[in-house]
Amino acid sequence: MKIKQLSIFLENRKGRMKKALDVLEKGGVSIRALSIADTSDFGILRLIVPEPENTKKLLEDNNFIVKIGEVIAVRMEDEPGSLGKILGILDEDDINLSYLYAFVEEKENRAIVLLHPEQIDEGIEALLAGGAEVISADDIYSL
Amino acid sequence: MIWNEEAECMQQDEREQLQLRRLQKVVKLAYENVPHYKNRLDKVGIHPEDIQSMKDLQKLPFTTKEDLREAYPFGMFAVPRRDIVEVHTSSGTTGKPVVSGYTKGDLDLWAEVMARGLTMFGADEDDIIQNTHGYGLFTGGFGVHYGAQNVGCTVIPISTGQTKRQIEIMEDFGSNVVIFTPSYGLYLAEVAVEEGLDTKSLNLKAIGFGAEMWTEEMRQEIQRRFHAPAYNIYGLTEIMGPGVALECPEQDGLHVMEDHFYPEIIDPETQENLPEGERGEMVLTTLTREGMPIIRFRTKDLTTLRRVECSCGRTLIKMDRITGRTDDMLKVRGVAVFPSQVEKALLKIDGIEPHYQIIVTRPQHLDQMEVKVEASPELFSDEVKELIGTKKKIENYIHNEIGLRVDVTLVEPKTLPRSEGKAVRVIDKRKFDDS
Repeated sequence: MKIKQLSIFLENRKGRMKKALDVLEKGGVSIRALSIADTSDFGILRLIVPEPENTKKLLEDNNFIVKIGEVIAVRMEDEPGSLGKILGILDEDDINLSYLYAFVEEKENRAIVLLHPEQIDEGIEALLAGGAEVISADDIYSL
Repeated sequence: MIWNEEAECMQQDEREQLQLRRLQKVVKLAYENVPHYKNRLDKVGIHPEDIQSMKDLQKLPFTTKEDLREAYPFGMFAVPRRDIVEVHTSSGTTGKPVVSGYTKGDLDLWAEVMARGLTMFGADEDDIIQNTHGYGLFTGGFGVHYGAQNVGCTVIPISTGQTKRQIEIMEDFGSNVVIFTPSYGLYLAEVAVEEGLDTKSLNLKAIGFGAEMWTEEMRQEIQRRFHAPAYNIYGLTEIMGPGVALECPEQDGLHVMEDHFYPEIIDPETQENLPEGERGEMVLTTLTREGMPIIRFRTKDLTTLRRVECSCGRTLIKMDRITGRTDDMLKVRGVAVFPSQVEKALLKIDGIEPHYQIIVTRPQHLDQMEVKVEASPELFSDEVKELIGTKKKIENYIHNEIGLRVDVTLVEPKTLPRSEGKAVRVIDKRKFDDS
């Protein structure tokens, strides 16, 4: 149920993001989802890719610092209020969210949100109990 | 006004005789009372009686900061400890500090040379002098204090900090001579403006500044902001403190108090003496100090000596203001910083690669120090708050080591220059050379 996510350290400097993406392009890596956290000094690029271990190695060979972490993917209707419902489930169970990012699934008029709660296992349990559609890694990669 | 016309305007040949007599005496004093000097002179086979001309000084071995540090705390004293009435120390940021000991006579000497300087600045017994140099083990505060009292000024020993209070006192007490470091002076000026004080109304007569490197532009800026001439003070704890050389109204170099502190310029590489007018490392010998005579101290400060006729009437040799160092010491906001200290701090933190770069800038005339550190997988976290915590932690470690707040930036691995040969560890963007 957990989705592997790559976090990449980026200096907040012109061209650094492009450099990372160039490495992925050369390696033929297709990005399923992406988000970036930025501060005035540095950024963290977060990626969902089909082959996280291989992609990590590829990036590390190009001098990037990469960590593999885990997130939860939840599928929902692409309509107002869907995300609020999901967050409501976590809220009720007192589960803190560190960050999230979402994207729209064009074909099916649905959206997917990637969640990173502080306690990931409790998060999955709560979401399942709350009736959310938690999807697997394979589902994401095949999008 | 000249404080001691006889000494300051003496004919050079006459002064040289005086210097030689004093040198012979001080070498004898050092040889007979300080084991360090006896060992060194015996090693090169020179006896105090061999000093027959000022040129013979060049035969004597140098004294380095390390020598003085090895003698910590009182090993360089040439008199019984009971005759030492005051001690000061260098900042000691790179290990044990250097202890400087003063007899009553030494304090009189200190008061004499600083009085000469303050008189050059135009200060006299009718003036009120606000001394923002720190009082304590640092020599800056007391040196100025003794000189000012010798002149007969009213001294406000306010020390550094409490900037708003400084402004208030300047205004209320009518201080008309102020002593500060250039960067603190510019900060004072800024605060004065914020507090709604018109610096013109202070009617300042003169400003004395030292303890850090500065540019002619910075002097102009200080003069413009305070509507008063600013004069340079040079000195170092090992030799005495402020008062080794001071600037006269011509504002073109500092007169070295050469009847008490004998200057030489050497090539720091070959250690050969350089002729007048050539830039090199300054070497100083105390000619009259009793408590702790220092022979041929390598200051690591780069400057030039010029024997020129000065419009002020003084015949004392002039040195240019310091524009560089032979080592990698930096002065940031008046504090001595060595890159090795930053390295030491970094090595205390797990997961840090010992690759770093120090960048010193001076935006708005205040020194800023940035340390770039390479991030590593151990340091990296997916959480922004943890990364910021890591950055703060590194900043605190460096602060503990050097006593200054710095700004740490995490950079990507392998982006900083590696120490192949001479790594570019320090980028000093402040410009001290006017050329």
